[in-house]
Amino acid sequence: MNKLLTVSPSPHVHTNDTTQKIMYRVVYAMLPVLVWSVFVFGLDALRVTLIAVVATLAFEYLIQKYLIKIKPTITDGSALITGILLSFNVPSNLPWWIIVIGALAAVGIGKLSFGGLGANIFNPALVGRVFLLISFPVQMTSWPVNTQSGVDAVTAATPLGVIKESILNGVPISDIIGKLPSPVDMLIGNIGGSLGEISAILIIIGGLYMLWKKVITWHIPVAVIGTVAVIASIFWLINPEVYINPVYHLLTGGLMLGAVFMATDMVTSPMTPKGQIIFGVGIGVITISIRLFGSYPEGISFAILIMNAFTPLINNYVKPKRFGGKQ
Amino acid sequence: MLKTFKLGGVHPPENKLSADKKIEILPIPKTVFIPVAQHIGAPATPTVKRGDEVKVGQIIAKSSSFVSTNIHSSVSGKVKKVDLSGDSSGYSKQGIFIDVSGDEWIEDIDRSENLVKEFDLDGRKIVQKIQDAGIVGLGGATFPTHVKLVPPKGMKAEVLLINGVECEPYLTSDHRLMLEKGDEILVGTQILMKAMNVEKAVIGIENNKPDAIKLLSEKVKNYKGLSVVALKVQYPQGGEKQLINAVTGKEVPSGGLPIAVGAVVSNVGTAFAVYEAIQKNKPLFERVVTITGKGVANPSNFKVRIGTATTELIEAAGGLPENTGKVISGGPMMGRAIASLDIPVTKGTSGILLMPEQESVRGDYISCIRCSRCVSVCPMGLEPYLLMTLGEKHVFDRLEDEKVMDCIECGSCSYTCPSNRPLLDYIRFGKAKVGQIMRSRKK
Repeated sequence: MNKLLTVSPSPHVHTNDTTQKIMYRVVYAMLPVLVWSVFVFGLDALRVTLIAVVATLAFEYLIQKYLIKIKPTITDGSALITGILLSFNVPSNLPWWIIVIGALAAVGIGKLSFGGLGANIFNPALVGRVFLLISFPVQMTSWPVNTQSGVDAVTAATPLGVIKESILNGVPISDIIGKLPSPVDMLIGNIGGSLGEISAILIIIGGLYMLWKKVITWHIPVAVIGTVAVIASIFWLINPEVYINPVYHLLTGGLMLGAVFMATDMVTSPMTPKGQIIFGVGIGVITISIRLFGSYPEGISFAILIMNAFTPLINNYVKPKRFGGKQ
Repeated sequence: MLKTFKLGGVHPPENKLSADKKIEILPIPKTVFIPVAQHIGAPATPTVKRGDEVKVGQIIAKSSSFVSTNIHSSVSGKVKKVDLSGDSSGYSKQGIFIDVSGDEWIEDIDRSENLVKEFDLDGRKIVQKIQDAGIVGLGGATFPTHVKLVPPKGMKAEVLLINGVECEPYLTSDHRLMLEKGDEILVGTQILMKAMNVEKAVIGIENNKPDAIKLLSEKVKNYKGLSVVALKVQYPQGGEKQLINAVTGKEVPSGGLPIAVGAVVSNVGTAFAVYEAIQKNKPLFERVVTITGKGVANPSNFKVRIGTATTELIEAAGGLPENTGKVISGGPMMGRAIASLDIPVTKGTSGILLMPEQESVRGDYISCIRCSRCVSVCPMGLEPYLLMTLGEKHVFDRLEDEKVMDCIECGSCSYTCPSNRPLLDYIRFGKAKVGQIMRSRKK
């Protein structure tokens, strides 16, 4: 019998789960949010997402093929996620060339300059977003009013912008509360803002889907949202005329989007549950600090990027419980 | 709630294709190759030479040190040569080739099937007889059983755990043995308890074998100090440290032996071999082997003489399927892929698994995305992704600090990695290097 047999070390079986499948599950989880953004902002939202996705994939392909000279990995799904997330983080009326610049910053600086998938320290979509926020502050903060309640071209401040203004100008909360949308509108997403951040409920549904499919664990989202809720509540209880009801902090701005879809990015978050909780609490503390005391109305992007930088350190010091270690 | 171990674990498809196939006796082959190193420890020294006539059960190689065992002839016939040949390790090993004629057993062996329950040997004599009979751990580790039964000074065994878990997918030899030789296993367990002077023994069985759990739970009522525990179906439930943890809740300390928490673990097959050695004077020269695989015509459980070539088993199960790409000695998680079908069944062979070509070759691997699944499935609480990187980069001092030597090589990390990374390969490399460094430090 001369049959040639394959010889390799054990294990000889492998789960049929793949990195690509995990990535596409994240994409599926984001679809309801995308559909809602089209419903609210019209086809402009679709335009932004398509430009972001195509630009992200194109830059990944071109840089890998012609600059780094390796086999392009655009089919693994990670660049697709970056593109969608980038579009979720910008207003729907953003000019196309700004989106393209954002995609280049996200993929080129945020991902490939570190060595590509798995090697990047910072969340690529957030690198793109913050790059744009600093470079094009006007365009990045003019929000279209949602099409159902008014005219397309009108822009208005987001709820967080209104709140920040009241803090900075010393206007009591009772004077501005009427200008803010109702909590129900905020929950459903009948408010202004970036494409993907408006509907808290759809983001939570996406998060639950990812939990069910074991793409993420509960630790990071719960730690982020819980920390913001606790700190915002404490300040609100101390002085409700200066600090707004924590419900507004939870349901407006990018908190939900950040906590569920961006802080949970596997590559840039810690490996152990304990480390993930430290990471999430850190994001929560920085976010609410910027919102209450900083000059920007919103702080989740910066908070996640700052904690991304701490991830290697957390991994180094927070170890899983060893079997047979010190009891 | 079923008991289980506290950290990690995976659940690969069970594929127990041969679970309801009775143990059949494989016809004696025309020739056997019996390696002299079938156990952990020093190889045995051959006591026969070319041309010698041997009988079944006769010693053909003698134990050469305390951690070593005797090797007995599994057939009767004439020694053809004492020479090197391949075994499942992939290396050429010394062994004894015998041309078979007839089936003549040495006279001491009681060949009847009747159950003998009573025994009156004292502990020391039992250990001696187990040593003489060449018994090793039949779960696959092949550690000489008599060594385990003598605890190091200052340590005392409190409980004997009998491993009927069989957590490897595909394998069913232990399962069938429990169903067909339940009483013999329990008597063997009592003998082991006496040898170790313990009052309590627990038989752990994974919950995917409800028939075996039911049968043995009934039977243990007739024996003193025995009980059966049903365990969650979770790999590697049958790992020694995991089984101890699942049953007693204790953790064997890092770098320590099970006896450090008062436990000794033996496989059900070993308990059966002990029964045969003590009650029937029968040394270890045959064992139950599962021959299985998705393409195999008749997945079966055979009682096989040690030294029988793999190819004989395959023929008996319906021949080698056309699309076979890999042949594994053992289960798919920890078994060894063998390069030739001439490789013999040895004391540690629990099964032969034939894998179709499309499942045989590993796919490419891609970047680690730090999903942390390897960390969450590691039953030892290690960080496989980190150990792999440190192994790749040769950072051996750091590997030692990260407890690479605690790795039991169960393969859960490589199994579960969505990027298909060869985590365990690099961890094994790191273990080998760190082991070398640690040994050279002791000198």
